[in-house]
Amino acid sequence: MAKRIDVSGLNAYYGSFLAIEDISMTVEPRSVTAFIGPSGCGKSTFLRTLNRMHEVTPGGRVEGKVMLDEENLYGAGIDPVAVRREVGMVFQRPNPFPTMSVYDNVAAGLRLNGKHKKSELDDVVEKSLKGANLWNEVKDRLNKPGSGLSGGQQQRLCIARAIAVEPNVLLMDEPCSALDPISTLAIEDLIGELKEQFTIVIVTHNMQQAARVSDRTAFFNLAAVGQPGKLIELDDTERIFSNPSVQATEDYISGRFG
Amino acid sequence: MSHATLLPKPSSLRGATLPKWFSSAVAAGSVALGLGISSAAGLHSDIQWGLIAAVLFVVLSYGISAKVEGSRQAKDRTATSLVWVAFLLAVVPLASLIWETVERGVKVLDVYFLTHSMGVVADTEPGGGIYHAILGTLEQVGLAALISVPVGVLTAIYLVEYGRGRLAKAVTFFVDVMTGIPSIVAGLFILSLWVLILKMGPSGFAGSMALSILMIPIVVRSTEEMLKLVPNELREASLALGVPKWRTILKVVLPTSVGGITTGVMLAVARITGETAPVLLLVWVTNYINTNPFKDPQASLPMYIYLQYMNSAGSGAAYDRAWAAALTLIAFIMILNLVAQGIARWKAPKTGR
Ligand SMILES: Nc1ncnc2c1ncn2[C@@H]1O[C@H](COP(=O)(O)OP(=O)(O)OP(=O)(O)O)[C@@H](O)[C@H]1O
Ligand SMILES: [Mg+2]
Repeated sequence: MAKRIDVSGLNAYYGSFLAIEDISMTVEPRSVTAFIGPSGCGKSTFLRTLNRMHEVTPGGRVEGKVMLDEENLYGAGIDPVAVRREVGMVFQRPNPFPTMSVYDNVAAGLRLNGKHKKSELDDVVEKSLKGANLWNEVKDRLNKPGSGLSGGQQQRLCIARAIAVEPNVLLMDEPCSALDPISTLAIEDLIGELKEQFTIVIVTHNMQQAARVSDRTAFFNLAAVGQPGKLIELDDTERIFSNPSVQATEDYISGRFG
Repeated sequence: MSHATLLPKPSSLRGATLPKWFSSAVAAGSVALGLGISSAAGLHSDIQWGLIAAVLFVVLSYGISAKVEGSRQAKDRTATSLVWVAFLLAVVPLASLIWETVERGVKVLDVYFLTHSMGVVADTEPGGGIYHAILGTLEQVGLAALISVPVGVLTAIYLVEYGRGRLAKAVTFFVDVMTGIPSIVAGLFILSLWVLILKMGPSGFAGSMALSILMIPIVVRSTEEMLKLVPNELREASLALGVPKWRTILKVVLPTSVGGITTGVMLAVARITGETAPVLLLVWVTNYINTNPFKDPQASLPMYIYLQYMNSAGSGAAYDRAWAAALTLIAFIMILNLVAQGIARWKAPKTGR
């Protein structure tokens, strides 16, 4: 199920503004890759190019190649809608659908794609909520509005919603930044379990979190405000945090800038 | 040491405050003063003493409060009292309008009145009713809504979800222009198109077309605002699940905003229900029941009110009928508003457990 992502020579623009330049990297399947770097260096932008969400932004444009196993996501005739079914996404702020119940939120991806068999949906909803470590907390209130959950529960609901459509890759943009330490821990544990099945990419500003959950870490940086962000280095997390090969990475991690 | 704890120090956080009843007392005082001044000066109009009292109220609250509480609180009180005065200025005419209409309208308003036409009753005689007018108004407004709601909602969806560049700008411009069209001009437009060029006779449908010219821009505007309120995050959440854009709009964006859209539509309906000019030009009027909105003149509430009032010379019966019809019209619009609110509340995104 999990797939390898292979990016080469990727540029992303907002209108005429080049936000990230010439990024090449490989993300291994069944592993967690963390993106770190100062604010505005293009981590979110890069993440969104991996499931073709970047072009949803007005003026958003991408050059280069993103291979998902054998397929170039930006090749001719590729349907972005189909890409997004393979590459799921969890956003920084929990965003459950406010008109839907907990159950409907999790089933949304399947339903909106035309699957309606009740027994099938029941199974998927239960499986996904269990996968997101939320089942025990919500099993008695599946028909209550999803927006009535706590922030941490909502975020796990969004994770359940994302894994319900069984993607190959799961992208997470600062999934814990709005959460308390306990919910954060719950989600970090969850990420550890999910990597058995999915390829996971996570953006985080929390170094300890990157060190705790990820197998590999990518450090992004930008030369100056208004300049495009670049990938500085990508290596095993242990190496990045103990003995990085680029000075800028060490400076950033030890808190000397950024 | 002990001295300091016994005597409370003057706190910098606490200042002199006027009691809670201060504002009501000043209001009562200003009304009394206003009445006194105007009777002393020999003024008889309610408006004159009302305005005097309003000015007194604002000035007195400011003056007294500035003396006692200081200038910041005084400004706060001035703003508050201005808001109250403005509120009363807006509400008093409305309340008196409703009062007048109810008082004069209830005389002949009964089931018989609502279920009979004017077919066999001369305008000067008592009896008769507004069944034909209610029927006509419902059909004309219903048809207008049937035309305007799909056109308006789809236009708004285009503008908010898809519209980029020149076409969207042009559409926005034309919607703005349409918002400003006087109803008589909308009527004349359909008149020249439908009656003069296509040689069709007057009918409820012709009126509906003119009414929908008035209704479409209102629906577009209100729907646009409601769609813009839907957070982008919800659209992105849905798109990121691999849901096509049109399905995202249909299943996520519209359900989230349907309460507000319905309210907008109801208010637009309420707005065109009272339109008289296009109806006068295109639907004409009749004293008989005409259930077919596509052929021959139809009655309508606004025209009925106007004609009964015009023909009431020397006849209390027609006069009473005009007011009763006006009351029916107001009641209809109020019910629409209440229904709109109910729907908005029922469909609002749910929170809570
Ligand atoms: N919608 C947009 N339109 C124009 N420019 C944008 C847009 N979103 C982001 N940018 C610009 O692109 C650059 C990269 O932004 P991005 O959001 O990817 O940074 P980030 O690394 O995720 O930052 P943070 O850590 O603060 O989330 C920034 O210079 C930003 O100003
Ligand atoms: Mg970001």
